[in-house]
Amino acid sequence: MVILNKETMTITREVDVIPFRNRLKEYAVKVGMSLVNQTKIITAASELARNMLKYAGGGIAIIEVVSKGRENGIKLTFTDKGPGIPDIKMAMKDGFSTGKSLGLGLPGTKRLVSEFDIQSEVGKGTTVTVTKWKNG
Amino acid sequence: MEKIPILRMGNLLLVTIQVDLYDRLAENLEADLVQAINKTGAQGVLIDISAVSIIDSFMGRIIGNIATMSKILDAETVVVGMQPAVAITLVELGLPLKGVLSALNVERGIELLTNKIQYKDNDLREMDDGDIE
Repeated sequence: MVILNKETMTITREVDVIPFRNRLKEYAVKVGMSLVNQTKIITAASELARNMLKYAGGGIAIIEVVSKGRENGIKLTFTDKGPGIPDIKMAMKDGFSTGKSLGLGLPGTKRLVSEFDIQSEVGKGTTVTVTKWKNG
Repeated sequence: MEKIPILRMGNLLLVTIQVDLYDRLAENLEADLVQAINKTGAQGVLIDISAVSIIDSFMGRIIGNIATMSKILDAETVVVGMQPAVAITLVELGLPLKGVLSALNVERGIELLTNKIQYKDNDLREMDDGDIE
């Protein structure tokens, strides 16, 4: 995977999510994503940014334009220094939530993107990486 | 603070969301709408989301909540103008918005609401007539 462009944004308040979404939209358009794929990646990003705010009080979001072979895409990395997730397997289950949500956040997000990875250590924080290919 | 305006039109409340939604804004809209239904005695709520390009699980849940709360307060809710890409995304996300009435555009939404309200009124009248006999 080759990184063509990279931008880092800090998300510490709810309203930070809006400029982040807009920036992501610009990149998605530049990559040439269809409207449906744009909407999917932005929705996924919105979910992950909320998780970061809700459980860790904020964190850092990185937008990267990546390319693999002939495919271009967007890779997002969300890193927080929150409490971490003790049981990732449970967190990835539909309908499971420790907060007051529907528990669609992580599993739902996974369905919206092409690649999904989550690393978490209790007491240290969580990093979620998602990639959406232009035609994926 | 930013606010989403709620307009009254006869026995309907109209809400057109023209800005990017974030959580607090959506929560405020929910509270404001429920208050407005109570205050005006509106029988229908029409939410136009044609300008909304992103609905994630939180905002989807708020829309569902609004529909449920209005129902308890004797008002029907119709969501109109959802963008196709948003519909696709919501279903894949796992949030098909069951229990929320929808229509393609404002015109059809108002028609649907008017019919629903009329139907309900007729039902009530028939029940009243039955009592008298």
